[in-house]
Amino acid sequence: MDILWAFIIGGIICVIGQLLFDVAKLTPGHTLCILVVAGSILGGLGIYPALVEVGNAGATLPISSFGNSLLQGALDGAAKNGFWGIWEGILGKVSSGVSAAIIFAFFAALIFNPKS
Amino acid sequence: MLQKGRQTWFFDPRPTIFATGTVVGRTEGEGPLGADFDFIQKDNHAGKDSFEKAEQAMLEQACSFALTKSGIAPKDIDFFIAGDLLNQITASGYTARNFKAPYLGIFAACATSMEGLALASLLISSGMAKNVLTATSSHNCTAERQFRYPNEYGFQRPPSSQYTASAAGAAVILPQGGPVSIDSATIGKVVDLKNCDPVNMGKAMAPAAADTILTHMQERGVSASDYDLICTGDLGEIGRDIAWDLLSREGFTYDKTRFVDCGMMLYQGNKKVFAGGSGCGCCASVGYGHIYKKIASSELGKVLLVATGALFSPISLQQCESIATIAHAVALERS
Amino acid sequence: MGKKPKVEAWYEPIAKKHDKPRPVLLNCVKAFLAGGALCALMEIIQDLLTKYANMPKTEATSTSLVILIAVTALITGLGYYDVLAQKVGAGLAVPITGFANSVVSATLEHKSEGYVLGSACNSMKLAGAVIVFGTLSAFVVAVIMLILGVF
Repeated sequence: MDILWAFIIGGIICVIGQLLFDVAKLTPGHTLCILVVAGSILGGLGIYPALVEVGNAGATLPISSFGNSLLQGALDGAAKNGFWGIWEGILGKVSSGVSAAIIFAFFAALIFNPKS
Repeated sequence: MLQKGRQTWFFDPRPTIFATGTVVGRTEGEGPLGADFDFIQKDNHAGKDSFEKAEQAMLEQACSFALTKSGIAPKDIDFFIAGDLLNQITASGYTARNFKAPYLGIFAACATSMEGLALASLLISSGMAKNVLTATSSHNCTAERQFRYPNEYGFQRPPSSQYTASAAGAAVILPQGGPVSIDSATIGKVVDLKNCDPVNMGKAMAPAAADTILTHMQERGVSASDYDLICTGDLGEIGRDIAWDLLSREGFTYDKTRFVDCGMMLYQGNKKVFAGGSGCGCCASVGYGHIYKKIASSELGKVLLVATGALFSPISLQQCESIATIAHAVALERS
Repeated sequence: MGKKPKVEAWYEPIAKKHDKPRPVLLNCVKAFLAGGALCALMEIIQDLLTKYANMPKTEATSTSLVILIAVTALITGLGYYDVLAQKVGAGLAVPITGFANSVVSATLEHKSEGYVLGSACNSMKLAGAVIVFGTLSAFVVAVIMLILGVF
């Protein structure tokens, strides 16, 4: 059942992205920025955490979850140390995603060549 | 002796294309014109350690074919006129370095081939050179990484996008002796109808092609029916249809089946190329390969080759400048 | 910067007549199915990790993301990612796979300019926007919430 909800919610968020590509004719860069910022804002409104409860991986895999995680990190930091805590906390929860991308990208560059 | 309309040079006597050299990549070699090229480079890297060096190697190889066939050694080249899509046209510059030839670097994006041919003809016809080597190249991977995205990036291309050809074409121009002669050349004006979509080049370039074709007919004093073929460089399906529409509105009448495009001919039926092929090498390889051979064997009599190019850069586009375009035309005929 | 120019009014309808429109509905269906399937896959991986590796939920989520990023790096390096992405569009671009691919492809592409000035300097060329705007928006939202005292 969880898997079905993950499928549906994840699918819907991807369709939103596809509409931004094809109807709004936005570049991937613009589209993903919109989704990330939306994740942040919806996180602040409490909507995104609720979406994660329902959709699980369907809400945590899309890039909008990155925005939500950044916000949750910032809020954790704010809870500890107010305004100055935000700076400490903001990138806290996205460490696995960003470091994995950088590290595996480098390994891939060591092993592979483009378009060969 | 040459005469001049505002944009058109009539050459009398006519210079000739004495020999050509064409090198293409794997995808181009697998297309319907594969047999017309001198060499098919199946390796995207051409054995080099970057795509830019591969493009330069292909350009140099195409030039070598043309020089060998004309019996001219690199040290005897009077002038080498070349350009490409790379920043600072490095493929051309480094080929010139290797040939140690007097070098005139040019840039007209995908219209470079015909700009080169027109200038080479001018040098020969005016008696300022005894021989001229003109060439151009493009490479799918260098164009993608320079103008759009890294090659392995997952960008979903729309149906209007085009595929930059990995191809190089070179021609040796002599005052006489070649099977194909150059009747005239029309130098295009820059045309800009404020198009801003970098994934729909056909739409941006079609007006330039129409403008140059109409100007050529008017200044040269010929009608379209004098030509067996009017061949654009890389308008693709969309651009070709738009250009035809624009020409028809100006009272242009011609047999539509003979209004063709190098980018479409090169990849006929290959879904990977969406609307068609593009790149400087497109017009050069098909023009100096397939079309040159057809004229030399008298299967075609008179052909108007109209290369089209988009003069923008990624930065100009991001700075909200529209895509300015140009088209240069050269009229070829059996000697 | 400045405003994007508008195509000349007389030309737009002529060009539009000959346009090849994007298959929007088909693209959306493919994006839905592919994106949904990827998320379902992550859900399965997460379940396996919590059940058999005894990971707490948050750790399982992070680890699943890392696994998917590693797979993306492999598929990008092997040259299959862009072929898949052409077919499913946002189905691969919107999940973390899109972010990972943007980093991997940029790092891989600029290898020819060296590992420092090429690969490393250019690695965040495309992903940078997401990180910048994500961080910026999280900061702004957090500050607003702090001021309103609502968390």
